[in-house]
Amino acid sequence: MLDLTQYSSLGAALRDALEYWPDQSCLIEADRDRETHRLTYAQFKQAALPVAATLQQLGFQEADRAAIIMTNQSKWLISAYAIFYCGGILVPLDHKLIPREHLQLLAHSKARLLVIEYHLWRAIIAASEFKELKTEFVLVTEAPPNANLAGARRWEDVRDKPTQSLLNPRFVARKRQDPACIVYSSGTSGRPKGCVLTHENYLEQCIALTALYPFSPGDRYLSILPTNHAIDFMVGFIGPFVCGACVVHLRTLRPEFIRDAFVRYKINYMSVVPLVLKNLEKGLRAKFAEPPFRAALLNRLISLNRALTRKRPNLKLSRTLLGQVHQGFGGDLRAFFVGGAFMEPATLQFFYDLGIPVANGYGLTEAGTAVTLNDFKPFRPDTVGKPLPGVEIRIVEPDREGIGEVAVRSKTVMSKYLDDPELTAETIVDGWLMTGDLGRIDPSGHLQLFGRKKNMIVTEGGKNIYPEDIENTFEGLPIKEFCIFAADYIWPKRELGDELLLLAIHLEPGQELTDDLRSELARRNRTLPDFKRIGGYLVWIQDFPRTASLKIKRNLLAEQIGSQMERATSVVEL
Amino acid sequence: MKTDMPTLEHTLNEVLDLAAQHFKVPRASLAAGDDFFQKLGIDSLQALELLTRLENHFHVELPDYELQGVTDFRTLADRIQARL
Repeated sequence: MLDLTQYSSLGAALRDALEYWPDQSCLIEADRDRETHRLTYAQFKQAALPVAATLQQLGFQEADRAAIIMTNQSKWLISAYAIFYCGGILVPLDHKLIPREHLQLLAHSKARLLVIEYHLWRAIIAASEFKELKTEFVLVTEAPPNANLAGARRWEDVRDKPTQSLLNPRFVARKRQDPACIVYSSGTSGRPKGCVLTHENYLEQCIALTALYPFSPGDRYLSILPTNHAIDFMVGFIGPFVCGACVVHLRTLRPEFIRDAFVRYKINYMSVVPLVLKNLEKGLRAKFAEPPFRAALLNRLISLNRALTRKRPNLKLSRTLLGQVHQGFGGDLRAFFVGGAFMEPATLQFFYDLGIPVANGYGLTEAGTAVTLNDFKPFRPDTVGKPLPGVEIRIVEPDREGIGEVAVRSKTVMSKYLDDPELTAETIVDGWLMTGDLGRIDPSGHLQLFGRKKNMIVTEGGKNIYPEDIENTFEGLPIKEFCIFAADYIWPKRELGDELLLLAIHLEPGQELTDDLRSELARRNRTLPDFKRIGGYLVWIQDFPRTASLKIKRNLLAEQIGSQMERATSVVEL
Repeated sequence: MKTDMPTLEHTLNEVLDLAAQHFKVPRASLAAGDDFFQKLGIDSLQALELLTRLENHFHVELPDYELQGVTDFRTLADRIQARL
């Protein structure tokens, strides 16, 4: 792989990668089971430079911000490289947000350029807030011939215009401390948390990750997590590219096509979130259970594999003992990476016993991709691994059991939250990133997590949900006041998993909680995407404590509720 | 012989039938405006399973993005109807 210590920016590293491995495949794109195209590194360069040339022609300059809103595909990576080539700052946005949220983040980030997939642009231009969009240049991909683009240009025209291939865009060098990306960790409705990550953050993260899990030319990574997310941006773009490896995109998350892809493309690595892994486990268990005589034999082989790989994984042995299982994954799968949310140890053990190591890690957008990762020396399903090279972890104010807030110091920690010095100062204290997660370092140096200090939840799909994200939905309810909490913030428990949000409501004097009010709560809740919904409500009978400027003192209110009410008897499910 | 295009109501009824069968819930418990995540007790990956089943039944191809933002059976039927 490239020696990333020699580079000052992602753009520079990627530029050299395209020259170093010109004939290696870098991207394979399929639409379900139909392969649509393959690109070598040289072809990737030919596709990207006309886009970069056009951006410069349009007036896109160094340090300008450019957003991408697309599902995983080669155009995402091509556009990102073109932006870096021009010295731009990338704003990768989650394609699953609603148009109002997209528009809010485009405004917050002050993106001058947007590259977006047609069906997502179509939804944005139909939104009432569209007229407020200030982004100057919009490139739309895959728009049908007569589509209304509302003034946007076609990405394909830009890339395919013959004159573009004659233009030599100017490579704009950036320094390590310059911002590379603004990545929103969440907080779309309330206070957008735009993490400003520098080129150094990314280069150092890549160095640390590839020290444990190096890619080689020809290795194949299946990219199903969204590329805007911290994990896939690194493991499904930057990491493979600086190692000469190949990324495979399917334009679908249907399990049947993912299963086929493993075999068709001989996949070596894939990143998943816990939800996906649990689904995979469920499917495999059902498959292994029948017929009974085969199930019994398989279980014996799995037990034998487990015993023989207790100290270290042994892919060759596992593929021999459990050949049929591994052939189902194409025969070349080396590991899954999982992160983004709590992962149950039993699921990790299940895959390990099959000879498919699942590298479990912990990270947060504010610190790049990962701060700890399991290295299988030996396998520890009960932890989130050891700090990556270059990462320091300390436990702040540990209690008698050694549990306290996890703080991180590393060259991968973001420089700041965009335009929010107050939140930045609360979060990065004396050079340490205060994660808001509770943990302990065990005698072998592994980090174990024990819940959250902060008022938020992480879904099984790896999404951070803060109360501010959803409080708008309940504004205007005919009650005195309300507040949303993560249930574990009120009643802390020393474990992760089964997280839910709940609504604390305070009725007007003499008001009763009627069926109509309950129905209205439920109706409003249903307008939220399923992963953002509140799980229940409780009724509080005192005025909420407030500051002089009338903001709710959430931590005090949570303490009061927690000390006076029992979760089991006071929370009503919605 | 020309086959008449099914109506949206007909498509919707078939969607409800298939959803009930696939996730083994009583058909009578499902209504057009219901949130299928909540009513069927499913997550987003299981919703994709339903989409595959519907594709096979109606002989249409529904890209994953057709499900984005869709939570009720009627809108889902509408998306299918548009591709018939």
